[in-house]
Amino acid sequence: MINKVRHDVEGFEFERRKNRKEPPPVKKRKRAKSFLNSKQVVPYVFVSPFIISFLILTLYPTIQAFVMSFQRILPGQVTFIGFQNYERIFNPAFFKALANTTIYTVATVAILVLVPMILATLLDSKLVRFKTIFRSALFIPSLTSVVVAGIIFRLFFAESGGSIANQIVGVFGIDPISWQYTGWSGMLLMVLIASWRWMGVNVLYFLAGLQNISKELYESADIDGANVFQKFRYITLPSLKPIIIFVTTISIIGGFRVFEESYVLWQGNSPGNIGLTLVGYLYEQGIQQNDMGFGAAIGVIVLLIIFIVSILYLLITGGFKRGDE
Amino acid sequence: MRKFFLVLLVFMLFILGACSDGESETSTSSDADETVVAGEDIEDATELSFWTFAGTHADYFANAAERWNEDNPDRPIKLSAETYPFDQMHNNLLLALQSGSGAPDLADIEIAKFSNFLKGDIQLEPLNELIEPELDSFVEERLGIYTKDGNYYGAPTHLGATVVYYNQEIMDEAGVDIDSIETWDDYVEAGKQVVSATGKPMTTIPTNWYGIWPFVTQKGADFFNEEGELTLDSPEVVEALEFVDSLINEHEIAEITPGGGYHSEEFYGFMNNGGQASIVIPMFYMKDFVEYMPDLEGKMQIRPMPLAPGSDTQSVAMGGTGTAVISQSEHADLAKDFLYYAKLSKEGNIHLWTELGFDPPRWDVWEAPEVREDNVFYEYFHEDIFDILLSVKDDVAGINLSEYTPDVLSEIDSNIMHSVLREGNQTPEEALKQSADTISQKMKSAN
Repeated sequence: MINKVRHDVEGFEFERRKNRKEPPPVKKRKRAKSFLNSKQVVPYVFVSPFIISFLILTLYPTIQAFVMSFQRILPGQVTFIGFQNYERIFNPAFFKALANTTIYTVATVAILVLVPMILATLLDSKLVRFKTIFRSALFIPSLTSVVVAGIIFRLFFAESGGSIANQIVGVFGIDPISWQYTGWSGMLLMVLIASWRWMGVNVLYFLAGLQNISKELYESADIDGANVFQKFRYITLPSLKPIIIFVTTISIIGGFRVFEESYVLWQGNSPGNIGLTLVGYLYEQGIQQNDMGFGAAIGVIVLLIIFIVSILYLLITGGFKRGDE
Repeated sequence: MRKFFLVLLVFMLFILGACSDGESETSTSSDADETVVAGEDIEDATELSFWTFAGTHADYFANAAERWNEDNPDRPIKLSAETYPFDQMHNNLLLALQSGSGAPDLADIEIAKFSNFLKGDIQLEPLNELIEPELDSFVEERLGIYTKDGNYYGAPTHLGATVVYYNQEIMDEAGVDIDSIETWDDYVEAGKQVVSATGKPMTTIPTNWYGIWPFVTQKGADFFNEEGELTLDSPEVVEALEFVDSLINEHEIAEITPGGGYHSEEFYGFMNNGGQASIVIPMFYMKDFVEYMPDLEGKMQIRPMPLAPGSDTQSVAMGGTGTAVISQSEHADLAKDFLYYAKLSKEGNIHLWTELGFDPPRWDVWEAPEVREDNVFYEYFHEDIFDILLSVKDDVAGINLSEYTPDVLSEIDSNIMHSVLREGNQTPEEALKQSADTISQKMKSAN
């Protein structure tokens, strides 16, 4: 939809440019001003703040990280050590981190795409009352400090029999669980915090997508006698495809970059590394243990993983094609 | 939609207001949580900056600066003491030293992080000229912690003598006389009595270094020897961990600490409710008792550690923060003199006790009248705190740090204690061996 509009505007611009007469000769002192006013330059002036901040704050550090990953870095002593950092990377802790991060990403992508889509559809339907309250309530967690959330989750899922979570499972006759010290429950907590935090944001994306679906489609479906599920399957879902691809992509990237969810639960050192993530490993090695070259090498690997996974996903789903193709 | 955003906005403002404290703790900006400035009103005072992660330390240094300005009107200082969250402060300092600019004149560095700052070309000023003339007055084991190649880089905050705090109420209920506990065997026997009489554990074992390091050091061993070689899987360390393991799994007088450590919210509540009969931890934990466990006032008794077989060591100096002078400082000499005044001199050490409740690293102040004056700690505990310290002063063991100490501590946190004590799927020897292999591999590749 959006793409189509842009297409039209471009077409119109093109027409105008073709019909335009040759500009009159410009006087010298006015040249600078008209240079800035010209259509070739102005767009670049407007995007320059982004380009400059991208170059300084993203591209330069990325290149620097590549360089650092081949160095051993200590105050006053920086030495090139070739591939030594990379040779050390593929150790059990790294694979544990990779496995944790992958499970986490798959789980959060599944939850954070399906559930917000259903919630958004419900919030958009006429059947639900107090929509505003629900929308706000869903969005609030993304505004809370994750540290505060971590403390609440830690207390909620404390290992003693008196914690809320253990009281709840106790109702079903289950013994108290050491939530933060067991593999599966540690992962559950991380996924839970992430889902709780980002649910509302993704609901917003889907709500925006739903507003764009033409009501006439539903009306004609009604005339054809389609039921609620058929309408969802054949109208809502296909129309939401661009949004689904977008939300999935940012969820994949966010999933591989996970750090805070683990950090607030275990402050960097989880028992048996059950909560070790790739970025957590980078932080532990690079900053906490002052081995920045090795940390940079981990960072490069994470970058490559995210890059490859996202590209593959976009290729498979056709995310690179234009919407109207 | 507009109504929705309006409601959202109101909620947003509400949440932002409610969470502003929490936010400032996580933000990565350079704003300190709190800044205390001393000597602001003095003209042409030299400006010094100090970073710490403990608000109480910032106040301590600000007070010291006020006193300094009164005593040294010819060399006034304007000290701004900035408090940051723990990790953030150490990370910022590390990056400032790495990049060569932006560091303060003075900084607190916690023991688990200290060796990170002793790598490469050391960016801290040696304090030998301040410490060496008065070395005899200090418990040397404490100073040795912040040493590399014979240079002292940190001014200690406290001795950190490890002691046992007994809950007298539980001990009475179990009919145990704590003064009869002389060895760890006695402790285990007493523990069995406590468990059978009260059903409460004698102690709990945290799954971080607090649960192993004191026991290792008491045996005269450490994770590194004096040559800096890794001894994590040496027989003494294995024995120490086996002992800790036996408290839980063989004698069943101990459990794993709720919340995993002695500084967790969960543990404070547990301890305060009389959850365990004793706790083995350095003296500095007094502050935590007073602050977080008000219900135990008047019930806690401090005693030296029970003896391990074949060792006279009655206490080990553990934990603690070293204050360092940063080489980048433009006024390094003034900063050093001020640091001596604040933390290394006799008066400084007296203030460490009266203001912060820390056991001063200089034993020659332990009998000073100012130290013996009544205060909140004597009220909470008992009168003879420093007599106990004096009786063990020659039997205090220290620890050896290496630049790989942070790696060991993180292996203890995340692997060793977990698989031995909690999961029980590795023997102490297996777990220590595995972690030692991981770390020595790293040490080898770095050389």
